[in-house]
Amino acid sequence: MKVLERLNDMELGQRMLKWVREKAARAADRLGRPAVLMEVCGTHTTAISRSGLRGLLKGLVELRSGPGCPVCVTAAGDIETMIGLSRLPGVTVATFGDMLRVPGRDSSLERERAAGARIKIVYSPADAVELARDNPGTEVVFLGVGFETTAPLVALSMKQARDTGLKNFTVYSVHKIMPPALRSLLDRGDINVDGLILPGHVCAVTGSKAFKFIGENYGIPAAVTGFTLVDIIDSVNALLDKILLKDSETSNNYRWVVKQEGNVEARRVLEECFYTGAAAWRGLGIIADSGLLIREELSAYDARIKFGLEVSVSAEPAGCRCGELLRGSILPTDCGLFGRKCTPALPVGPCMVSSEGACAAYYRYERREVAK
Amino acid sequence: MTCEVNNSRVLLAHGDGGLLAREMVQEVFLKYFNNPLLGQLSDAAVFQFEGGKVATTIDAFVVDPVFFPGGDIGKLAVCGTVNDLAVSGARPFYMNASFIIEEGLLLVDLEKIAASMAKACAEAGVTIVAGDTKVVPRGHADKIFITTSGVGVVPDGVDLGYHRPEPGDLVIINGSMGNHGLTVLCAREALGLEGALASDCAPLNHTIFYLLSGCPGVKLMRDLTRGGLASAAKEIAESCGMDIYIKEASVPVDREVRGAAEMLGLDPLYLANEGKFLAVVDARESGRALELLRETRYGSGAVIIGEVRAGRGNVYLQTALGGTKILDLLAGAPLPRIC
Repeated sequence: MKVLERLNDMELGQRMLKWVREKAARAADRLGRPAVLMEVCGTHTTAISRSGLRGLLKGLVELRSGPGCPVCVTAAGDIETMIGLSRLPGVTVATFGDMLRVPGRDSSLERERAAGARIKIVYSPADAVELARDNPGTEVVFLGVGFETTAPLVALSMKQARDTGLKNFTVYSVHKIMPPALRSLLDRGDINVDGLILPGHVCAVTGSKAFKFIGENYGIPAAVTGFTLVDIIDSVNALLDKILLKDSETSNNYRWVVKQEGNVEARRVLEECFYTGAAAWRGLGIIADSGLLIREELSAYDARIKFGLEVSVSAEPAGCRCGELLRGSILPTDCGLFGRKCTPALPVGPCMVSSEGACAAYYRYERREVAK
Repeated sequence: MTCEVNNSRVLLAHGDGGLLAREMVQEVFLKYFNNPLLGQLSDAAVFQFEGGKVATTIDAFVVDPVFFPGGDIGKLAVCGTVNDLAVSGARPFYMNASFIIEEGLLLVDLEKIAASMAKACAEAGVTIVAGDTKVVPRGHADKIFITTSGVGVVPDGVDLGYHRPEPGDLVIINGSMGNHGLTVLCAREALGLEGALASDCAPLNHTIFYLLSGCPGVKLMRDLTRGGLASAAKEIAESCGMDIYIKEASVPVDREVRGAAEMLGLDPLYLANEGKFLAVVDARESGRALELLRETRYGSGAVIIGEVRAGRGNVYLQTALGGTKILDLLAGAPLPRIC
């Protein structure tokens, strides 16, 4: 807690910000426009919005959100499948709260719950296992949404279910991994990014080495970043240095948590329970080897197999630009629905729902006026 | 109405005190019940009666779990109603209580709740004078739901309301934010973060009357329950047609609350309190107000957190880093049944 307090130290943040602005002005001068840095993680998006950092750097550095909010990148077809699951007789859907309000074609898990579906919010997959154990007459399906950070816990929950002989617990895995998504994003080449603020917690599992390719293959600097404001400002500072020095190496600015090798044990568990396959991402389409699919040995815990689920392709809600937003092509405020037809109370797209979604963060923290 | 009434259902989010709740109240209840007193949608209705001013209010309590660190549903039911009256400038006298009890509730628990209500009544100096009980089959309620209503008398010379704040007035709160909401959430989900967390649930009438008796510059008060400081400030700003500026660095948040809220992705400014209120005070009397509050048991953490400015009903938070952001009503947070 002491370290965290230090790293949330606002005076320190303000002092650092002063240098960063000077450096950013030089970088903008060099580039002929403000440097564009993409924060890949939804937690960073929220922290940046909440602190007002984006606004404080306006005109000097443009901080854009990327595909790092797990709820947001869940494909529309997967959302329909989840809603369908909640309608199956005898099924209780266990999910993180953020998924509840994501709109599907004509419903959401929240609406299904109000109509009688059994949907339970849990805070960890272990809670879902417990739910299954306590309710042997019901099929508990856990919605496995998340990146390298959440997936190991879900893997452990399946192992736990197997080891205790639990027969009424399955996982609908739409887990995804980050490096292939960034590769796909950079391959598309439809945005100019001058630097990447990398997700610290994902890197804690993958190791910083998993993101070396960004500098090596694309010539873009990247910094592994922690989650306090001082961490974030520190990484912005480091990235500006690299831009000025034309250095494109991936640096680890979250060294007290992230190791070059990452968390070997967590990766071993992932490897044991999942294999990588193609996955559909909202906004990025189908990306090879970016999804974590449940291995055959654990197929008894795979909801796709147990319930014979067919995942369809579903269209995005009309007018919703979450896809472009997740690619970094637009800002939330560029979307015509933002703050008008799409608000946290009545969201149209997932980025307005999740607490990590860029639209929700902009709506809560970065509006200058409340739309009447 | 933005949500189509005919084929929509009530969602849990309609109960969070935020945008959807307000929409439901306006589009359903006010549509049929509207009158000048109810239409103010304040904590209590204040009206002239037999030459004096009387206030009345009612509140239902469905908190889960029924017992939590720092309180229980009984204490909450008394404090909630007492505080709604007190922030309206009324001295609470009498209360009514109604109990919806689920079949199977342990009688010792019921007695514990009743004893806790009696203790809170004694502290607040109110008496429960009428009551009702209903028992429903198992599964038709969750353990126990309590509704309390109360009446109080507004002393002569006390005039609080949305008509009073002016630009330049200061905004004071009586202590740290978010303790109740976070404590209940952590207790319910057994998140293992409980540690030193405790609800701030307390009757505020003595604190408030000590303040009012020595500080006529108090213009308006609100208790900071569901929706937290942010939602209350927004409602005040809108109702007064002025802006409120809050300095984030001035808003006290206990270290345990900050840590746990951070971990859960919650904003303490939106978390419920049950022993906290906000006062809009004439700037010239703000020093006096702080002095008075700090002499009281529940006001020792009183601080100035912001000011009223001319504007159009917005609430601005000046972040610790120096940015400014808008605070709006709570919209769809998954935090039902905290009171």
